[in-house]
Amino acid sequence: MLKRLALAAMVGGLAAHPAAAAEISDDAVRIGVLTDMAAVYADLSGKGSVIAAEMAVEDFGGKALGKPVTVISADHQNKADIAAAKAREWIDTQGVDMITDLVTSSVALAVSEVGREKNRVTMVVGAATSRLTGKDCSPVGFHWAYDTYALANGTGTAVVKNGGDSWFFITADYAFGHSLESDVSKIVEANGGKVLGAVRHPFPSSDFASFLLQAQASGAKIIGLANAGADTINAIKQASEFGIVAGGQNLAGLLMFVTDIHSLGLKSAQGLYMTTGWYWDLNDETRKWAARFEEKAGNKPTMVQVGVYSSVLNYLKAVEQAGTDEATAVSTTLKSMQIDDVFAKGGKVQPNGRMAHDMYLAQVKSPAESKGAWDYLNIARTIPGDEAFRDPAASGCPLVN
Amino acid sequence: MIFDLPLSYLGLQLLIGLQNGAFYALLSLGLAVIFGMLNVINFAHGAQYMMGAFLTWMLLDWVGVSYWWSLLLVPLALGAFGILIERALLRWLYDLDHLYGLLLTFGLVLIIEGVFVESFGASGLPYNKPDLLAGAQRIPLGALTGNEKDVMMMPVYRLWIIGVSLAICLATWFGIEKTRLGSYLRAATENPMLVRAFGINVPVMIMLTYAFGTALAGFTGVLAAGLQAVTPHMGANLIIVVFAVVVIGGMGSIMGSVLTGFALGLVEAFVRIAYPEASNIVIFVIMIVVLLVRPAGLFGREA
Repeated sequence: MLKRLALAAMVGGLAAHPAAAAEISDDAVRIGVLTDMAAVYADLSGKGSVIAAEMAVEDFGGKALGKPVTVISADHQNKADIAAAKAREWIDTQGVDMITDLVTSSVALAVSEVGREKNRVTMVVGAATSRLTGKDCSPVGFHWAYDTYALANGTGTAVVKNGGDSWFFITADYAFGHSLESDVSKIVEANGGKVLGAVRHPFPSSDFASFLLQAQASGAKIIGLANAGADTINAIKQASEFGIVAGGQNLAGLLMFVTDIHSLGLKSAQGLYMTTGWYWDLNDETRKWAARFEEKAGNKPTMVQVGVYSSVLNYLKAVEQAGTDEATAVSTTLKSMQIDDVFAKGGKVQPNGRMAHDMYLAQVKSPAESKGAWDYLNIARTIPGDEAFRDPAASGCPLVN
Repeated sequence: MIFDLPLSYLGLQLLIGLQNGAFYALLSLGLAVIFGMLNVINFAHGAQYMMGAFLTWMLLDWVGVSYWWSLLLVPLALGAFGILIERALLRWLYDLDHLYGLLLTFGLVLIIEGVFVESFGASGLPYNKPDLLAGAQRIPLGALTGNEKDVMMMPVYRLWIIGVSLAICLATWFGIEKTRLGSYLRAATENPMLVRAFGINVPVMIMLTYAFGTALAGFTGVLAAGLQAVTPHMGANLIIVVFAVVVIGGMGSIMGSVLTGFALGLVEAFVRIAYPEASNIVIFVIMIVVLLVRPAGLFGREA
């Protein structure tokens, strides 16, 4: 009898002691990095994103509310159906609480929908479409590093103000390309410019000659490349064959990562404007973080990889603050927090899930200016977070009243 | 004016279509030679093409070997790689169903691409083509349109691709269809036992045929390096289309795959102007129609 009482007291004591820890589902916080491991976006996200997520867990101390934090990862091959199936499997059988990276817009839209349905946090870092915080926004979905609106706003405004007032788009024919083209078109027109036309190319394409000729024939001053990765690289490389820049037209790469510049080489890329959410050479803190990352990954981080770090770190902070890993409570906490880390200073999470932070308009250095590998960008202008991102009230997200 | 487009513009688009067709022709030629002689569907063809482009980049970037030497050295290296594959793996499969060769070479693709992504990343490497092939060629059209101002500016590199591909395709066709060695080859595929009885070393001939096919893929890779970013996925994106080209032309038909390659490049060029969104499926639509009407392909012999 006494024994049984003692046991009951012990069990009671155990359950009562770390009150908050009882709020962690199945005694662990699991973070899933769902990314492109081997195809076109593998360099800008991929393994580097997994490394960044692990760095965040390490910096947070490996535990949240006293329970271990683990990172798992999978390759979604840039296919929305594979990604959605993987997300469901993770949530249903592996107890994953938060999914991050989610490069490729079609993937991000699909997984954000799974997160909403199953009440799990999704933090999109790699994908660009502004639909994620527009009409497809989710109460437990976040968009962290950049979006098509911010890219359009940054590069589009700067180019139009420099006299590039007529545009023709070469657009990747999927969710991301369409979203980027439409966002840039609005910015160009709002600034008094004209959009003369667009050509939608299959994704991926290796030969852009035909599309470049159509752009050349349009007579537009600016040829906007509403695509990404190898598509943008090949389009820029091949544009020189047709003397497009020599003929007075200019190219605008609307989404470029530092890995793209690395791959293109400064000779072809010099002078291009690009908008980015982060650059490794901004200040001492970013340089230090980048060096730590480079030691593990072998290259400098992209804004997506450091963004994954930031998303994981702030998710864990929110779990601690909310005292639970229940998605709605964590999301509400995230929206009340200020984001201060190596990725963003004074970032704010808007009601539609958009993390608004400073963006940077950068120009690619010439080979003579560059001091070596990865020294590629001059920051031309810092765009304050409020100006860089869309006003949530105008986003069309039903969560914003 | 055709379709309300100026001739200088349309002509340029068609030339570019022809240049893309040259890639289809060269690659489907290699596939056709291999299939015709070995009865193997060489799924690794795209990976071998990618290896050719990477090797070209390595030769220039690591050892400073020029593009012109690469045109010779890369096909030789890929040919040697082909011999290795044929001796070590493929030759055990000749008596089995086609499916085994397909599965083996598909496995090779996964391994080769994996190794290249692991070593070089996925976003690609820049290759600078030689200055001699840079720039654009003025092609006057005054004689056709009556207007002296009508000119096409065609990139020299793309003209070079069209020219050199045509030469290689014709030489291959001639070698196989019109020479004594070619006749041995064709005879060996019909009846290897009989040809062997005449004292001809059939296994070596088969081995060299596979080496020639992979060398062609490597050569095409050298041409591609000057045109686009060198990435581990460049072959995977292209090879599916090339398979469709081979099916349309007729498996194993040499002239068929060459003509079909160039013709489909032209068709694609028209679609890229008229409705670019469909430009990567048009070839598959044609494939379906051809399979319905002529299951053996346009130039294939009914079995």
